[in-house]
Amino acid sequence: MSGSTKTAAAAVAAAAAISLLTSACTGSGNNTAGDDPSKDVTITFWHGWSAPSEVKAIDANVKAFEKAHPNIHVKVQGNITDDKINQALRAGGPNAPDVVSSFTTDNVGKFCSSNAFADLDPFLKKSGIDTAATFPKPMLEYTRFEGKRCTLPLLGDAYGLYYNKDAFKAAGISAPPKTLSEFKADAVKLTKSKGDSYAQLGFMPNFHGYESTTTHLAAQWGAKYFDAEGKSGVAKDPGFAAMFTWQQDMVKALGGFEKLEKYRSTFGDEWGAKNPFHTGQVAMAVDGEWRAGMAKDAGTKFDIGVAPFPVPDDQADTYGKGYLSGTIIGIANTSAKKNAAWELVKYMTTDTDAVVSFANAIHNVPSTLAALKSPKLDADPLFRTFVEIAQNPNSTTTPASVNGGTYQLTLQDFGYAYESGKQTDLAAGLKGVDTQVDKDIAQAK
Amino acid sequence: MSADVHPLLRAKRRREALRTLAFLSPWLIGFGVFFAYPLISTVYFSFMKYDGFTAPTWNGAKNWSYVFNDYPFFWPALRNTLWLVVVMVSLRVVFGLGIGLLITKIKTGAGLFRTAFYLPYLAPPVAATMAFAFLLNPGTGPVNHLLGSIGLPQPGWFNDPSWSKPALTLLALWGIGDLMVIFMAALLDVPKEQYEAAELDGAGPWARFRYVTLPNISPIVMFAVVTGVIQTMQYYTQPLVAGKVASGIIGGSGQQFEPGYPEKSTLTLPQLVYNLGFQRFDTGSACVIALVLFALAMAFTALLMRRRSGFLTAED
Repeated sequence: MSGSTKTAAAAVAAAAAISLLTSACTGSGNNTAGDDPSKDVTITFWHGWSAPSEVKAIDANVKAFEKAHPNIHVKVQGNITDDKINQALRAGGPNAPDVVSSFTTDNVGKFCSSNAFADLDPFLKKSGIDTAATFPKPMLEYTRFEGKRCTLPLLGDAYGLYYNKDAFKAAGISAPPKTLSEFKADAVKLTKSKGDSYAQLGFMPNFHGYESTTTHLAAQWGAKYFDAEGKSGVAKDPGFAAMFTWQQDMVKALGGFEKLEKYRSTFGDEWGAKNPFHTGQVAMAVDGEWRAGMAKDAGTKFDIGVAPFPVPDDQADTYGKGYLSGTIIGIANTSAKKNAAWELVKYMTTDTDAVVSFANAIHNVPSTLAALKSPKLDADPLFRTFVEIAQNPNSTTTPASVNGGTYQLTLQDFGYAYESGKQTDLAAGLKGVDTQVDKDIAQAK
Repeated sequence: MSADVHPLLRAKRRREALRTLAFLSPWLIGFGVFFAYPLISTVYFSFMKYDGFTAPTWNGAKNWSYVFNDYPFFWPALRNTLWLVVVMVSLRVVFGLGIGLLITKIKTGAGLFRTAFYLPYLAPPVAATMAFAFLLNPGTGPVNHLLGSIGLPQPGWFNDPSWSKPALTLLALWGIGDLMVIFMAALLDVPKEQYEAAELDGAGPWARFRYVTLPNISPIVMFAVVTGVIQTMQYYTQPLVAGKVASGIIGGSGQQFEPGYPEKSTLTLPQLVYNLGFQRFDTGSACVIALVLFALAMAFTALLMRRRSGFLTAED
């Protein structure tokens, strides 16, 4: 063999070795389940909850499961991040989880399309569970991708309007607004200037104003992100243009983008005690069901009111709806104990008592229709408002996509440019969003 | 030819070759495992469709085309990275050398000043960036209060696209301790006789710096520039944290976050590698950006090495 032939052979061998190595790095699970769930078995469950009260609640739920299934032992690992989940789903092996829950609903598209999570339809069929009769419709939507159900909802989040009752009283407002024109009038009434800033702002409409994001607001128009062919449809759906127009109108009515941005920079951390709603810096905010508990913990001194977020005037009959999201749970495709894992998933997602007790403990919205109607559910009126939003047939969610939440971030990025005046042509901007989203999805598929 | 070599001599040469290989093997293994293999893998994946879950499949040049033509964050991130390499690295070297010179000249309290300038370097990047975001907050930060009280303009700092990179540069200058120590060591190593001879020849402070100090410390300046360029190419934590804190989107459970606030002005190429590879599951495109970073680092280093003769001392 000549020198050059040897070199070429070595290069080919190296390339082949690398190909083998890289192939070996990918998950190699299959979608079959051959384990016997009636035998003594230990399964591993990964979740992301980390607060002591949350960990206590999930541990109690797991203990109740183990009591009902004495042969299945559950090894629980909390505070797991998405990166760790993705790595474990790729690698598999004896230390990888069997059951995984994630807060990143947006990743369902990738989990399902890549077979990282097992298809749950055979398990649901085997257990005789009718998903449509068990789970709220929006929650069913964000837990599947292109017809494949690889996850189920494990509690949910609903978004509504928080308002400062004391500020409402001082401004002479007797009831929370139901339409967006009422909302605008109230927000202006609640706004008090102080020098070149504010003593109190009615509502922070800027898209960086914590939960006042494009996706949360667009839900009030019931806007659809994709058309029937799966192409981005934000330019076609009039809801998006209406939402951006309304938002810009709110920005102008409340002092303009620059002034609002400067005021926004004075806000404390969204997840800390100095959240601007807690401190009274804003009198109204769009937020999830967790805010009431956080505000209470922060020692908020005013009475808090909660209501569904207002709807466009021409959709007044849909008042009560809101944006829904939530935690998802599935079975790792690399798991060799899928049947036992399914028992845990089934228990945690469909057992009414389990869902209700967990929802009550961590103040999340229950994720089954039966649990939403359960008399054991926390009777706190603030919490109940979100339970009703979750049950509203007009409530919507953001659909799963093959590249996670990229399409939402693209829309949001346009929102930042539009609100700041960097982009002025709304129709052209939305078309640009469609083009970019389609390109990103084509690249990911 | 080899047939004429005595078998004993051939065996001896083989033994020597094996011994050499044995001595080199730690480096060779390290080079292979930590450099050659990752580099070849990165090139390989840049031509593959790979989401991290399913087996990679051939994708031709589509990842390259996507990154250069269709990925809206690439060019702003490249521009920002180049801005930081040119401005931040230059200012860090000049500032580090200046502080080093100043401290070597101080007669009393030098230890105190050395400590004061070195301590910020020990602060964890996340904590330091958060502290800067607090100090430079346009609404509540003490820096703008001070600027306002003396009638100076109050920039938006991390909230203003035209001020966010200068704010990051300020943060980098605050943590100058590493370069200061290196320059101090180099400056103290300059032979005193050369300064004395220059003084006798009537050289002033600038001439002494230009013709005595600079030639003596030029290899250290070269080192500072090359390592600074490479570090800046890998700049990730500070712009990400600053953008997150200033934007208010700290990221709650399950929230995805597009880096670069405000208006992509703090986007850097390493942030895109993470965003594409781990948030969008597009390992192929992430590898393309990693290779662009590698090529840029190599190009800058080669350019600087070609200019190396200008940095060398007579002894070199």
